[in-house]
Amino acid sequence: MSIKFGVVVFPGSNCDHDAYYSLKKVLGYNVTFLWHKDTDLQNSDIIVLPGGFSYGDYLRTGAIARFSPVMEKVISFAENGGVVIGICNGFQILLEAGLLPGVMLQNDSLKFICKDVYLSVENHDTPFSNGIAKKVIKIPIAHGEGNYFADRNTLDNLEYNNQIVFKYCSKEGLISDEYNANGSQLNIAGIINKRGNILGMMPHPERACDPVLRKTDGTMIFNSIAKKIFAEV
Amino acid sequence: MYKATVIIRRRQSILDPQGKAVEQGARLLGFNNIGQTRIGKFIEFNVNVNDKSTAENEVKEYCHKLLANPIMEDYDYKLEEVR
Repeated sequence: MSIKFGVVVFPGSNCDHDAYYSLKKVLGYNVTFLWHKDTDLQNSDIIVLPGGFSYGDYLRTGAIARFSPVMEKVISFAENGGVVIGICNGFQILLEAGLLPGVMLQNDSLKFICKDVYLSVENHDTPFSNGIAKKVIKIPIAHGEGNYFADRNTLDNLEYNNQIVFKYCSKEGLISDEYNANGSQLNIAGIINKRGNILGMMPHPERACDPVLRKTDGTMIFNSIAKKIFAEV
Repeated sequence: MYKATVIIRRRQSILDPQGKAVEQGARLLGFNNIGQTRIGKFIEFNVNVNDKSTAENEVKEYCHKLLANPIMEDYDYKLEEVR
């Protein structure tokens, strides 16, 4: 039984091929592209919403992609417990779709930031992180709007339910303002829904898979998901 | 038919980096009396119905579902009858 990843392609996605390449050529999984007008998820076990600038980021990041025909299917897939990972713009789409709580503001530095960052793995007990054998991982970010914002009540719930999976931190795992890449509340880099089947993260694990890039921590995230799905089928 | 004009404002409690950046430009130009610059969106469109309350409901729904994100933005609208 082989596991199949479905990578959604919106007009303006630009990390779709990176995700495809890392999943297929580096990690050896089955992968298919899903066009934004598709209404069939082609029996994908895991849906990847990739990074990029879907619909030119017009109106708000992710605001228009959220109404794509394929997203209707992705939303019902997720609501039925299907595993979905949204990366960068994919995270923004999940927020706009209401599958995850909160919203993204512009980075507090007002700059587009493209660099490697360290993430503290705050919850190892999720389908996306159960195979991460480290406390701190190194994954690149590349975004202008990754400053996570939610009201106090939402943040309390995220903490209470252990929904914060990744936080920006130092190489040693210190979580403080100094290592907060973009001004996100509570240094949030990635969260899951309460049920635990939907992850949104601003950093790009697909850009940290191929050993030629000299960083491979992203593989642990994709392998975690695959292991979890494999255990179920 | 009605013509709708919608203004979307970022909530006061939420930082507006764009407004902040523009204000830095204002300082450089010597506009020292200008403060609290906030940047929002202005959107206009037609609503092709004859009755005002139907038009209002449609505008509100459009704003709520797509034009504004209620987590960080508020909206105001104005409707004008077009003959």
